Amino acid sequence: MPSLDDLRKRITSVKSTQKITKAMKMVAAAKLRKAQENAEKGRPYSEKMNNVILNLSKSITDKENAPKLLVGTGEEKVHLCIVLTADRGLCGGFNTNIIKKAKSYFEKIISENKTLKIITVGSKGYDQLKRQYKSYIVENISFKESKNINYFDADKVGKIIIEKFEKNEFDVCAIFYNKFKNVITQIPQEQQIVPLNENKDDKDDSGNDNDYEFEPDEDEILSNLLPKNISTQIFKAMLENSASEQGSRMTAMDNATRNAGELVDRLTIEYNRSRQAAITKELIEIISGAESL
Amino acid sequence: MSNLFNIDIVNPEQSFLSKDNVFEVVIPAVEGEIGILKDHIPIISFLKPGIIRVFSESEEQSFYVEDGIVEFKDNTLSVLTSSIFDLKDTDKNFVSESISSAEAELSKDNIDDQKRFLLNHKVEVLKFISIN
Repeated sequence: MPSLDDLRKRITSVKSTQKITKAMKMVAAAKLRKAQENAEKGRPYSEKMNNVILNLSKSITDKENAPKLLVGTGEEKVHLCIVLTADRGLCGGFNTNIIKKAKSYFEKIISENKTLKIITVGSKGYDQLKRQYKSYIVENISFKESKNINYFDADKVGKIIIEKFEKNEFDVCAIFYNKFKNVITQIPQEQQIVPLNENKDDKDDSGNDNDYEFEPDEDEILSNLLPKNISTQIFKAMLENSASEQGSRMTAMDNATRNAGELVDRLTIEYNRSRQAAITKELIEIISGAESL
Repeated sequence: MSNLFNIDIVNPEQSFLSKDNVFEVVIPAVEGEIGILKDHIPIISFLKPGIIRVFSESEEQSFYVEDGIVEFKDNTLSVLTSSIFDLKDTDKNFVSESISSAEAELSKDNIDDQKRFLLNHKVEVLKFISIN
């Protein structure tokens, strides 16, 4: 049975923790709004980019000579995985979910005797993966210094990927991130970016409206466009990730605040009970003392 | 019949400009400037550093772009670019910085001809901007 003093101390400490989590929730909510806005603003760019690439790849007839970034190297021995996580913790299952998704993919690759290479973006991912997969991690990038997500950072990652591709260091590249669905749901995603997965659902295959004029020719445009597309995909993933991170943190902190509240209630009842018990005990002592006289 | 069409300029962060009352747009495509009017045939091309001029009924706007892709289809011109700014609010420091970084890049000797051409062109355009 903890003493009254102990209980009082615990109550104050839980209360101050609650204050912190509440503040963090508020901050996350404010940041979430901004991140969500940014994610929405960034969407037209990647959508348009996708459209253009789709139109272009439709009009490419000579699949053999198409740029390798689009069709792949013809092999799939070396897999490069880009794991995008947050730089900070205290955001519920956000980081863990991505890592879990990535790990199951890693296991599949390893069991198929293929070579695995990992690039982690964000320090939390690196922290969680370095224990088990240290030897596979080829690069660890973190953008802790940049306050906002900007295209420049995504472009840096994109350039690294392209550089590696040109040196034939990998055949297939996939990125892992959390897709923002709503504040309470974020879905860990695995997306292949090299070679570009062609969408099989040709729902708008109605038209032969792809008689574009190309200047210069298709190949040249594609080889110029595909590297940009990689950066764009990464940027999109980063935007989704940041919205997810804030959403996840908000829910986690909301839960924490609520739990702290419950804990305070419970502790207060216990405190009151033991105080009452002490008073009753004292009263009994006095009464029985008086009776014995 | 109106001779107006739509233009959408988007950069990765946001939609930069969206108008539906332009009658001519001049874009600096890699193989030379292209002027686009209504009912141009569908075209995809990409940009070299230069100035996009947008002529609408009421005004004329100019933007500096570094690179990007343009697509024209169904009387909508989409410009995707990662670096763009309005010539009206040119940041002199940014321009001179860009010039010096491009010149530094030029002085390296391991760049290919195409890149050299683009960089030279970029310096030219930026210098033009900084003079005006």
